[in-house]
Amino acid sequence: MAEPALSIRGLTKVYGNGFEALKGIDLDVQQGDFFALLGPNGAGKSTTLGIVCSLVQKTAGQVKIFGTDIDQDFAKAKYNLGVVPQEFNFSQFEKVEDIVLTQAGYYGMPMKEARPRCDQLLKDLGLWDKRSGPARMLSGGMKRRLMIARALIHRPRLLILDEPTAGVDIELRRSMWEYMRRINEEEGTSIILTTHYLEEAESLCRNIAIINRGEIVKNTSIRELLTELDTETFLLDLAEPLETTPVLEGFELERVDAGQLALSVRKGTNLNDAFDQLTRQGARVVSMRNRANRLEELFVSMTSQPDVEQSIDGGNTTQGKETAS
Amino acid sequence: MNNRQLLISLWTMVVKEVRRFVRIWPQTLVPPSITMTMYFIIFGNLIGSRVGEMHGISYMSYIVPGLIMMSVITNSYSNVASSFFSNKFQRSVEEMMVSPMPNWVILGGFVIGGAARGLGVGLIVTMVSLFFTHLDLQHPLLTLGVVIMTALLFSIGGFINALLAKKFDDISIIPIFVLTPLTYLGGVFYSIDLLPDFWQNVTMINPILYMVNAFRFGILGISDIPVTGALVAIATFIVIFWCLALWMLNRGKGIRS
Repeated sequence: MAEPALSIRGLTKVYGNGFEALKGIDLDVQQGDFFALLGPNGAGKSTTLGIVCSLVQKTAGQVKIFGTDIDQDFAKAKYNLGVVPQEFNFSQFEKVEDIVLTQAGYYGMPMKEARPRCDQLLKDLGLWDKRSGPARMLSGGMKRRLMIARALIHRPRLLILDEPTAGVDIELRRSMWEYMRRINEEEGTSIILTTHYLEEAESLCRNIAIINRGEIVKNTSIRELLTELDTETFLLDLAEPLETTPVLEGFELERVDAGQLALSVRKGTNLNDAFDQLTRQGARVVSMRNRANRLEELFVSMTSQPDVEQSIDGGNTTQGKETAS
Repeated sequence: MNNRQLLISLWTMVVKEVRRFVRIWPQTLVPPSITMTMYFIIFGNLIGSRVGEMHGISYMSYIVPGLIMMSVITNSYSNVASSFFSNKFQRSVEEMMVSPMPNWVILGGFVIGGAARGLGVGLIVTMVSLFFTHLDLQHPLLTLGVVIMTALLFSIGGFINALLAKKFDDISIIPIFVLTPLTYLGGVFYSIDLLPDFWQNVTMINPILYMVNAFRFGILGISDIPVTGALVAIATFIVIFWCLALWMLNRGKGIRS
């Protein structure tokens, strides 16, 4: 079997203040996979990815990228890696194409190879018209696409996308999904995605790991995970407000407010029974919808313990004029 | 990375650094030229004409090497301190950290870029000085060697400062409270022969005195101190500072959590 694109064993990180961000996690991402790493804020996602791309120093454990141990030959491992971070991390004053070409130079790519690749990426990502302007003039969505172009310039085999669509409008998000799908399916690039949009993970990824409080609490395929969801909750809007909550035999019913009920239904249950009982008790349902995205329900159930916000990333917005002394 | 890739990455770093200070030339290249022109007019021309000669040389000519060196020192230092700290602040340093570039290439790129600005400003100041006096270069190779070594040394110093800095204020403390006094007291405007014995001895522990005098020797052929010792001292400091900066970078000091 081919080496995993990413293999993590016993990865531990203890920050200087004693906070244990990672508690010896194990994780494998196979070659060609589109993998989601989910977790609430402060769960350890960014720390894990930070260690993989050398922005954070690990306390213990082993990380291999396509079989190369980062402790043995980090430079070789980095060749296979492209990173799109959560925060904008390019000079706002540089020209768009210079940012991409400079990154190519950091990987030792000669200009005659880097220039056509850069042009193609800027065209594919809709940045061609903006190539000669400073990066600070780009919109938020364009800045995110610029970081994707920069991460792909050296043709990495593993792409890490840390919340790439945060703050991006729906239309642009969909076009970015299409692009990510394309490079995964057509170019075979393995992708690790972290996101707070669970719909995004469900739509794009084949496998998933959920991390909470520095531990992997689930690591499976999206399909298997969703089969584990044996209860769905529907919100029922009533025609007339109810004074008391109806009692339904075989169902769990909760009163959200006078005009709305929440009905929890186990998989395979006949929904007609619920509506029959509601009708008999004088409740007339005029509309219904899922309370949440299916994956979201699982996510919440797995990470529902009160969490401690542990921000390790500082803000980085830099506006205005470039200064030098 | 093979040697060709290393060269490409180093070249990329240098080009990026040079592009940066050229892009903001009104902040980086023009101000030192104006300041030095003022020095030439006020100290060299107006006051200097009443001071007379120093070691048999007109006061204007005497202060030119010191003023050139002062520009090189402050600009090399400030360029790297400002540029690297900006990279930290904007997190664009992460672009370099995730790449396979070895740390010595990152350090080398910033240092060569800083030295380029220091030498560029030094060249501008030299050309301005030619409007006020005539320079008859005595030891061209020595002059070039000293100015390049000094630019490299202070570029590395600026890099260490930026690595340790947590806010923008931290990169102006050393230039204001250390470099400027040491430069002014390093024999730029006077020969240390003019000082009482005690202050002459105190001045001898100022490293900038050696650089200014070695450079002055290269241009004018006069010096307050032995030039060979100055060259050895500068070279030693370069090696020590380079090793320190690289060690800090390898440890992720100030850039990795």
